Amino acid sequence: MSNVTKYCALPRLSWRFIHVWRRNAMVWRKLAIPSMLGNLADPMLYMLGFGYGLGRMMPDVFGGTSYIAFLAAGMVCSSTMMSASFEAMYSGFSRMHVQRTWDAIMNAPVTLDDVLIGEAVWAASKSLLSAIAVLVVAAALGLAQSWLALWALPVMFVTGIAFGSLGLVMTALSPSYDFFMYYFTLFITPMMLLCGVFFPVDQLPQALQHAAALLPLTHAVALVRPLMNDTVPPGVAIHLCVLLLYAMAGFYGALALTRRRLLT
Amino acid sequence: MASLTAHALRKSYGGREVIAGIDLELRPGECFGLLGPNGAGKTTTLRLCLGLTEPDSGAISMFGMPVPREAREARARVGVVPQIDNLDPDFTARENLLVYGRYFGMSNARIAARVPALLEFAGLANRADDNIKALSGGMKRRLTLARALINDPALIFLDEPTTGLDPQARHLIWERLRQLLAQGKTIFLTTHFMDEAERLCHRLAIMDRGRVIASGSPRELIGAHIEPQVVEVFGDGAEAWANAHGASLSERCEKTGDTTFCYARNVGPLLQDLEARPELRYLHRPANLEDVFLRLTGRDLRD
Repeated sequence: MSNVTKYCALPRLSWRFIHVWRRNAMVWRKLAIPSMLGNLADPMLYMLGFGYGLGRMMPDVFGGTSYIAFLAAGMVCSSTMMSASFEAMYSGFSRMHVQRTWDAIMNAPVTLDDVLIGEAVWAASKSLLSAIAVLVVAAALGLAQSWLALWALPVMFVTGIAFGSLGLVMTALSPSYDFFMYYFTLFITPMMLLCGVFFPVDQLPQALQHAAALLPLTHAVALVRPLMNDTVPPGVAIHLCVLLLYAMAGFYGALALTRRRLLT
Repeated sequence: MASLTAHALRKSYGGREVIAGIDLELRPGECFGLLGPNGAGKTTTLRLCLGLTEPDSGAISMFGMPVPREAREARARVGVVPQIDNLDPDFTARENLLVYGRYFGMSNARIAARVPALLEFAGLANRADDNIKALSGGMKRRLTLARALINDPALIFLDEPTTGLDPQARHLIWERLRQLLAQGKTIFLTTHFMDEAERLCHRLAIMDRGRVIASGSPRELIGAHIEPQVVEVFGDGAEAWANAHGASLSERCEKTGDTTFCYARNVGPLLQDLEARPELRYLHRPANLEDVFLRLTGRDLRD
């Protein structure tokens, strides 16, 4: 069997990924409070700074909702993206390369496929916690008062799998921590600015709108914002499909590249 | 049934053949050593046997299960002590054992029942709740060995288990490995320490450049490849003396740096000659595995 076919074999799914997930969760529990506060700090600053500061200057431009409510939905999505990406890249790289935790696990009857599924689901779980934290604060500020907002949670889990998997692709390719800066500069920051977190995508020039439509965060925002505003989002199927596609393709790519890196 | 067999293994990286046709067989209950200079292919051989990488050709079987196809199942009966420490730095000693046991599908209760004896075995009973970062190199190595035993394995892989440890720590590891052999475990270890191999291994294979160049028990190897007595001669005049007298009084002389090694079956005349030369220092000893190793793999530096 050639190497390429070997690395590109379909993932073998197994419940063994739970062991990997539990290991990461056990580490997280030791630092849960500072970790949660850290995850909340960024979105809170954006919401207070932009939401109240900038929002005062432009009342009612967002179809009757306040700017801070508009922004809160963007923050739920962007903090999910950030949290999953950081976990899959910086923490994932530590476990793969620096601490060699994955090597230790693979000496037991657990495969690399199990490890990667565990890592992707873990990154999604951690990002879901960030989403919940922002959502709770938004609700406390009166910015999400509909039970429909709870539907944002499964959407954020899928979004977390997508960004976690894309992050694992970078981890598989990375020679060192410095490498991740490229990904943030070239991929994450543009999404933060172009995918409807701070302003509606339809404010962009046509060409950029098309570009934004290809990016996963756009579709996450398009689902979460209406849900937090007590509306069933239009085009649920297409947005979910894009997110699922990123999740599946991202995971498959990450698995093939990590097999190439570690199983040679 | 053999614990592990490997037949005609080959593995290349980027056109360079790292494993060039290796055959191995581990019998239950024995300690088998794989010796070789750095880069000889020892670690790659272990990775192949564990099913972590696929051979280009050849066949491996562990407990009768084909590797890598059923490597995962076979690894359920194996413990591994890797060359590079990979204990979980976020956990205590006890937590490391708990988390590792779960990878084998063991219940918390079953793991908890095994942990005290394993910590005792590792000499870490009073450090159970210390963070890994607070442990010395020797303690970490012992904990890694204890971790490898969590599933009560029949076969234990150790990749250079005492590299980087001080003499006390090395002796403690050796004593523990002898205890495991006494319990009937099979051990597969790689090392480049000849004294380690000589003390522990029932049989060993010397590897160089991806091939097994000699194998047998330590005594067999010494008997087959080297004269039984060695005299090492040091000092300024050693080389001149060796050329003028040493070479004719011994069967073979080799020079490394400012030391000359003279190998012989009967060293009486050689020692008599040296007695009369107070300017030369010398050491007379029986031949050991290191002499065999250096003879077979050469005295050049390997990096």
